[in-house]
Amino acid sequence: MTQPRRSFQVGTGLFILLGFAALAYLATQTTSVANYREGDSYTLKARFSNIGQLKVRAPIKLAGVRIGSVKSIELDVGTLDAVVMLAIDKRFHELPDDSAAAIFTSGLLGDQYVGIQPGGSPDMFKEGDEVILTQSSMQLEDLIGKFLVNGDSSKSAPAQDASSTSEPSPQKP
Amino acid sequence: MKTSFKPSLIGDSLAQLGSAGLFLFSILAAIPRSFRHFRETVRQIWFVGAMSLVIIMTCGLFVGMVLSLQLYYTLSIFGGTAALGTVVALSLFRELGPVVTALLFAGRAGTSITAEIGLMRATDQLSAMEMMAVDPMSYVIAPRFIAGIVAMPLLACVFNALGILGAHLVGVSWLGLDNGTFWGNMTSSVDVWTDVVNGVWKSTAFGAVIALIATFQGYTTPPTSEGVAYATTRTVVSSSIVVLALDFVMTAFLM
Repeated sequence: MTQPRRSFQVGTGLFILLGFAALAYLATQTTSVANYREGDSYTLKARFSNIGQLKVRAPIKLAGVRIGSVKSIELDVGTLDAVVMLAIDKRFHELPDDSAAAIFTSGLLGDQYVGIQPGGSPDMFKEGDEVILTQSSMQLEDLIGKFLVNGDSSKSAPAQDASSTSEPSPQKP
Repeated sequence: MKTSFKPSLIGDSLAQLGSAGLFLFSILAAIPRSFRHFRETVRQIWFVGAMSLVIIMTCGLFVGMVLSLQLYYTLSIFGGTAALGTVVALSLFRELGPVVTALLFAGRAGTSITAEIGLMRATDQLSAMEMMAVDPMSYVIAPRFIAGIVAMPLLACVFNALGILGAHLVGVSWLGLDNGTFWGNMTSSVDVWTDVVNGVWKSTAFGAVIALIATFQGYTTPPTSEGVAYATTRTVVSSSIVVLALDFVMTAFLM
């Protein structure tokens, strides 16, 4: 009498185990957890004048390898800059402190990420340091606008400001 | 049998809805008492969960395979076949896994719950239990309700896992997509909380709704063989409608 009862209890236990094993498989093998474990990290600060579509938890990459993720994004009301906190894994604690941070887009329409270009300084970043050299996200609209403006100006005044990339040209009308 | 039909269709459905709501409250009230019948609950989880594994796993595999084929064709138009893993995983986790599992679950487990309880009603077993001071709510209904809530998310997870394997089988082994691209794009775009756990919540809600409808239809069935047949049909029809409607509402809120 107890034998069939025992067998369905074992079967139920196996079923529940299988269900949780499937959940664990989904959670660890098919999601971003598989790429990167949130281990011990240290935080760096970076200021950008425009972060584009960068989101919290976007990856931080060095030479294409993921080394951390964006912790928070805030607006500094004093300087009107975007302050991005970068959480970088403790394993990568030897970043030269003149490294540069830039916002790139993966692929033509992909997500945006923070790319780190290592510098050559003998000193390393420490917890809470600020990344001085930053490059904002490239806005497609700005590029098109510049292209149009430069196209116009090259007719009137050729080769005048082909390399100026920071401000929109004054003779925009 | 004919006497049980009421002339007003709207009034009838409103009355059904209201008594189903009251039934839900009496189930919830009976759940603490049903912990005495823990063994019965385990038996029900085995019956509605473990016994549904074969159909869930087979269907999951085939749904994943056909998703992979169809999306490969669609994505190849845009030259974006590298995103196959991402698209398959997101559509499975967020939408197809919970919904298809719920529809299968309503057909596989919901009907059997309704038929079993309906036959208990038709053969006066429920009245006999009451005579013996065994509360049918806590001994028959509540264990099946709990089993539905416990089993559905687990089944949906198994469905998703098999779907991913099927998609991998077709996409990588057959259509020749790169293995690293498939997994790499998937792991970089799928999030644990917004995608996987979102689907688990959905399937838990679907399990509760299906178990409620199945037990309610069985418990209130007219005690005839025709009544049991109608109740079983109504279980599948109303579970499917409610699951799909609830899916829309939950997606709108959980996005």
